Amino acid sequence: MSTKNTYTISIYTENNVGLLNRISAIFLRRHLNIESVNVSKSEIKSVSRFTLLVKVTEEQVKKIIGQIEKQVEVIKAFYHTDEATVYQESCLFKLSTDLLIQNDEIQTIINQSKSRVININKNFFVLEKSGTKEEVEELYHILDKHGIMQFVRSGRIAITKDEMPVSKLLQLIKA
Amino acid sequence: METKTKQQTELETTESVTITGAEAVVKCLLAEGVDLLYGYPGGAIMPVYDELYKYQDKLHHVLTRHEQGATHAAQGYARATGKVGVAMATSGPGATNLITGIADAQIDSTPMVCITGQVGAHLLGSDAFQETDIVGISTPVTKWNYQITKANEIPEVMAKAFYIARSGRPGPVLVDITKNAQFEEFDFEYKKCTSVRSYQPVPNMSMQSIEAAVELINNAERPFVVWGQGVILGEAEEEFKAFIEKAGIPSASTLLGLSALPTKHPLHVGMVGMHGNYSPNKLTNECDVLIAIGMRFDDRVTGDLSRYAKQAKVVHFEIDPAEVDKNVKTDVAVLGNVKETLTVALPFLKANSHKEWLQEFRNLDAVEFDNVIKNDLFPTKEGLTMGEVIKQINEASEGKAIVVTDVGQHQMIASRYAEFNQTKSNITSGGLGTMGFALPAAIGAKMGAPEREVVAVIGDGGYQMTIQELGTILQTKAAVKIVVLNNEFLGMVRQWQQLFFDKRYASTVMTNPDFIAIAKGYHMEANRVTKREDLANAVQEMMQSKEAYFLEVCVEKEDNVFPMIPTGASVSDVRLK
Repeated sequence: MSTKNTYTISIYTENNVGLLNRISAIFLRRHLNIESVNVSKSEIKSVSRFTLLVKVTEEQVKKIIGQIEKQVEVIKAFYHTDEATVYQESCLFKLSTDLLIQNDEIQTIINQSKSRVININKNFFVLEKSGTKEEVEELYHILDKHGIMQFVRSGRIAITKDEMPVSKLLQLIKA
Repeated sequence: METKTKQQTELETTESVTITGAEAVVKCLLAEGVDLLYGYPGGAIMPVYDELYKYQDKLHHVLTRHEQGATHAAQGYARATGKVGVAMATSGPGATNLITGIADAQIDSTPMVCITGQVGAHLLGSDAFQETDIVGISTPVTKWNYQITKANEIPEVMAKAFYIARSGRPGPVLVDITKNAQFEEFDFEYKKCTSVRSYQPVPNMSMQSIEAAVELINNAERPFVVWGQGVILGEAEEEFKAFIEKAGIPSASTLLGLSALPTKHPLHVGMVGMHGNYSPNKLTNECDVLIAIGMRFDDRVTGDLSRYAKQAKVVHFEIDPAEVDKNVKTDVAVLGNVKETLTVALPFLKANSHKEWLQEFRNLDAVEFDNVIKNDLFPTKEGLTMGEVIKQINEASEGKAIVVTDVGQHQMIASRYAEFNQTKSNITSGGLGTMGFALPAAIGAKMGAPEREVVAVIGDGGYQMTIQELGTILQTKAAVKIVVLNNEFLGMVRQWQQLFFDKRYASTVMTNPDFIAIAKGYHMEANRVTKREDLANAVQEMMQSKEAYFLEVCVEKEDNVFPMIPTGASVSDVRLK
């Protein structure tokens, strides 16, 4: 039995309606949970980039990549280990403004966690933090003691350390 | 090499003309060379049907009696001709009724374009009358799908649909068109699609992999080929034959690969799989190099994967990269269209004849003959066997017929015993195992290949799933020969119940109607055979008829199909009884 690892899957696709459905269906059929998903523009015009986080065996992820690449509107799909990528998550905390005024500790927390205040009014302020999943979770636990009014986090986004030869591939494929 | 007529070339790029979306759909079909489509009208597709009325001299629409029948007919047409089958339906239930056929086409790689009408774009998502999210529903079972909401999208999307359906590993495509898009007028111009940026239909061939494959094959002492439908879809029958003949390799077919090589070819050693032949199944676990050509190692072929050809080096000639290493780990994967890869590999192949190794297959064939085939084809006991019916069809058709089968015992018997002299002669529902497939598929096959005899072999269960398509035969006069092997059981399920569920025949007994009366109700010639001595004449009479013909053969009720590899068993554990 091979062991499960966290893999980041990067998928370059045409920017068309319905692709998220096609891609998620591949995971659904195999009863595999997607830990997080992010879809955004890529470095190439009219090409979207999906970044998915999954916890599977390497054999499973290879087969999934094959199935994903079969989709007509998928240009190329890759999978990477954590070690092969630089990755981040982003999160926002909504906290009471009173905390900022009355609690000396909060400024230290903001400085030490390398988070930043991005919005403030008389009732609440919003703290933004980018980092690894662990860093985000650590800050959550610290702030939780002081009362969090709202919390939201993004999916993982990742950049590979090695080259991802999609631009070259696109040059080869007739536009 | 395809030779284009002047008319075809003109149709590839049309000059701009202002027309409605509905007329554009028809013009797109004509531009793609479609002259026949199957379907069922309804509210949301009425504008297109109205245009079909106008174009009926160029584009023949066949009204099936159910949308499922339309898809299976389109599949039968596609499988018999190698062209794209087209099916059309309205929104909502019309569209959902297509799904079984679409799923069948997807798993059996059949090129098909389905067109569905949809409620007006302003109503989408409002649960309007006969609205379903057919794009969402069909996503897992289509190669590609798209919803058109504006008329000006029609030409490009239709061109893309046909290109995707027929290229690479073929498959079904669904195009959903909202009603407003069918009414809108726009400047129509048609250009055939020849590429899609993100889509590489045929992977690049690697000389390195061909050299590695050839080296393994040349050095093999006990090479064994298992070929699949990829040979037929790639139109590589001649290249495949040359390949196995030069290297002298015993070769077995998958269910869908049947007819790519004549049944009586000296290197044809039968069919692999759950109800395949004894020798190729058994010797899969004896070969030293297993060469898979255009097949996908379906679980019905491999049985227990952990005990499948573990001793062999595996070479896989395949067009779909996702199939490589999916089920069976390969040593060498040769990607590409087999027509090309086999051609390139051929000159490097060492001429060989593996006579002793081939003899091992023949020795086991004799075991199968004594234990199974003799009783199936030359029975001495009273009840009619399904095998002897197929034998009579072989004799009457001289192996030239297209044999369309449904799903179940009769399917396996027909696959085991039908003789094929030419390619595209075996049409069956393989991957999905769709009961109800054969009758409409036979209609499509006959219309696609009117010069050929088309015999649909169907069980009493599957026949009743799409029996209403007799109405389509009545209306179109498609001269299909229908043979129902009636054992008054859902035979294959009953066989499993007998073998694995202590003969508890839960809901497999069929109380059947008077099939002859039904056929006659549709004004079809019909006959029933209950005795062996009447069989040959009845089959002859059916084959000699110039019209559609229904023949019911009352076969032994509790006959079983052997050999058999029970689910989860190894291919070498194939049972003879």
